[in-house]
Amino acid sequence: MELFDLSLLHSTMRMFTPILLAALGGLLCARVGVFNVGLEGLVLIGAFSAIVGNYFTDNLIVAVTVAMLSGMIFSFLLAFMTIQLKANEIVVGIAINFLALGLTTFLLRTIFDVKGAFYDSSMRGLPRVDVPLLSDIPAVGVLFQSQTPLVYVALALPFVLYFFLYKTVAGFRLLSVGYNQAAANSLGIRTNAIKYGALGLSGLLCGLAGAQLSLGQVTMFSEGMTAGRGFVALVATMLGQSHPFGVLGASFLFGLADAISTRLQSISIPTQLTSMLPYILTLLVMFFVRGRGVETNYSNEQSSR
Amino acid sequence: MSERILMKNVTKKYGDFYANNEITFSLQDAEIHAIIGENGAGKTTLMRILYGLEEQTSGSLYVNGKPVRFSSPTEAIKRGIGMVHQHFMLFPHLTVAENIVIGHEPSSAGLFNRKKAVSQVKELAASYKMTIDPTKKVKHCSVGEQQRIEILKVLYQGAETIILDEPTAVLTPHEVKGLMDTLKLLATSGKSIIIITHKLKEVMACANRITVLRNGEVTGSRHVDETSEDELATLMVGRDLKEVPPRAAQNGATHLEVKNVVVGEKGEKPTLHHVSLQVKQGEIVGIAGVSGNGQSELIQAITGLIPIESGDVTMDGESVNELTVYERRQKGISHIPEDRYQWGIAKSASVAENALMGYQYIDAYQSVRGVINRRRFRPLVTKWIEQFAIKTNSLQQQIDQLSGGNIQKLVVARELGHESSFLIAAEPTRGVDIGAMERIHEALIERRNEGASILLVSSELSEIRTLSDRIVVMFEGKIVGELSRDEATEEKISILMAGGTVHA
Repeated sequence: MELFDLSLLHSTMRMFTPILLAALGGLLCARVGVFNVGLEGLVLIGAFSAIVGNYFTDNLIVAVTVAMLSGMIFSFLLAFMTIQLKANEIVVGIAINFLALGLTTFLLRTIFDVKGAFYDSSMRGLPRVDVPLLSDIPAVGVLFQSQTPLVYVALALPFVLYFFLYKTVAGFRLLSVGYNQAAANSLGIRTNAIKYGALGLSGLLCGLAGAQLSLGQVTMFSEGMTAGRGFVALVATMLGQSHPFGVLGASFLFGLADAISTRLQSISIPTQLTSMLPYILTLLVMFFVRGRGVETNYSNEQSSR
Repeated sequence: MSERILMKNVTKKYGDFYANNEITFSLQDAEIHAIIGENGAGKTTLMRILYGLEEQTSGSLYVNGKPVRFSSPTEAIKRGIGMVHQHFMLFPHLTVAENIVIGHEPSSAGLFNRKKAVSQVKELAASYKMTIDPTKKVKHCSVGEQQRIEILKVLYQGAETIILDEPTAVLTPHEVKGLMDTLKLLATSGKSIIIITHKLKEVMACANRITVLRNGEVTGSRHVDETSEDELATLMVGRDLKEVPPRAAQNGATHLEVKNVVVGEKGEKPTLHHVSLQVKQGEIVGIAGVSGNGQSELIQAITGLIPIESGDVTMDGESVNELTVYERRQKGISHIPEDRYQWGIAKSASVAENALMGYQYIDAYQSVRGVINRRRFRPLVTKWIEQFAIKTNSLQQQIDQLSGGNIQKLVVARELGHESSFLIAAEPTRGVDIGAMERIHEALIERRNEGASILLVSSELSEIRTLSDRIVVMFEGKIVGELSRDEATEEKISILMAGGTVHA
């Protein structure tokens, strides 16, 4: 059947990149014991900032950096609220999502004076590059042809994160915070600093995800363009058990669903139906996922005085 | 011997309340020094000051003769003071070695050298004759092993002085002996040890010196050779101990029966394996066993908290198997749960609300059907608070601000207050002091003499032996032995608890 071919995989690669990047951000949060519902908003902020950076500087490196930094700033806001002010992380996450939606819509109107979407033909998107050796492999080589650099960065990140978490001392201490913060505290590990670091890094990754959305696939920004991808990423984090490779696999699954839904539209199935596919998959996955995906140990019992 | 630690005239005030009042305490090199006292006597506060978790209001601290002041545990650790907490501070999902080296990981260029960690831990454990598998995950370790990990962790951090907070509370008799041997070995190799406890027998067995606290003050400091268990108890409680009340002879009919009960997931090893048991009216049946051998499941099966695979639970010959937890309570089951935090209380509710739980259905405490009348209930709670000397600021205080012992006393009072025909008392005196223990034991015997059936589950052998008319021992989900009150010796029970057999 022509539904499944290599070009489907090629578009999967493109689709799954933002999900993977955001899901890896979610992984970092989960690993320090924060359930980050705000991924969606952080990605949206990233997507918008990337366009702003691109439009005003006409420099893609600056644009992507702006996206990462603004993702990080908003993530620090979430960190400050949950760590310093001890606010409920779910409530703050949801607030971040609405803040992002409102703020980007508002700024879209004040900065660019348009409603709905902003597009400027003079803006350049991210360049398409081939990976030298991998793209020459027969059959699967097509996967590594003419993708944005962010796709390759995203593909490498799970391996980098795996190395960091399971081989380095710093990664080990980061994991310890999520396993049992009270115990980590008792050892003099600076748990709050580690949490800020992890959440900041998570915002940075969400910013990258946003840049891929607004500069990689198309070169435009439209209101609420993340369309739930941040939530899908959250599910990917849980399905992948907050393990870098698990998250890689889970994100690929969702990317594939996304790509198939786009493909189905071209064979005259109503778009409203096909675009439901990734979300139906998400719901199905929820049946099989229990808990937050990370083994945490919150000791409720405090020592008696 | 030189003085390693000196705490001089240490006072800690919370508002107007003196947790510690002018306490002077010293610790020699290579000494085991026990601090004993009832709940709220100020033992833990004193040690929290020494470990940098609290700062004293006045008074001074000297380590090796130099004055110090700690504002965080990190500073105390730097001065060679380590603490093994009552509730372990471990990472269940990490390995033994990882748990021990964390914070001081062997590494090169930022990379964690796990192989080296394993070999270092092996070496360390061997040098103190502790058996431990460094590559095992901590969640698969027994409580005794977990405690060894905590001690090794403190040693790995370079502690010369080790504080142990109630270290034997969670151990089996056999493990307690192992711990005592380890502590003595540590002392002979030059470490100083402070052990907080209220178990006098253990103190007499391992300590060199004993300091007794009561109401925040030192009531005595003795060398082990010049004191006795009785003297220490008197110093702790401030009066002589009472005898357990006499047991009236009872010859009741079987009240509760557990027949061939099996509990467990299909295809897995059952947690209860064909357990049968009877409790007569006016009888206390004690279940001895290392925790985790099916006692919890047995309690939950009787109270209806978990379903049973096969078998039957009957009261006065009638099956209660199909009844809900509520209906069983109506039939006369009350239950002092083993884990007061999980099953016994609602942490964010007030003392009064927690006391009311289970009584809200009773007409006498309702003004109109369905509307609770707290005013009618209040005298009852006030009576309990007096009877068990529960320390609380007011009835409206949030219950988790009470100490563990006081919460336990409230749960016990509430469940005894039902005056039900059958009572499950699981670890009824966990975490309470000698005075409260006396009162709880007294109340249980009283209920027995009035004809109630009591099923007692306890990891304290002395408690089982003091209270029970009959003792059954559980091991790996089975009942492996039954002893009458007269034939039960600590030795026989211990052997059965460890899975051995006793020849009559």
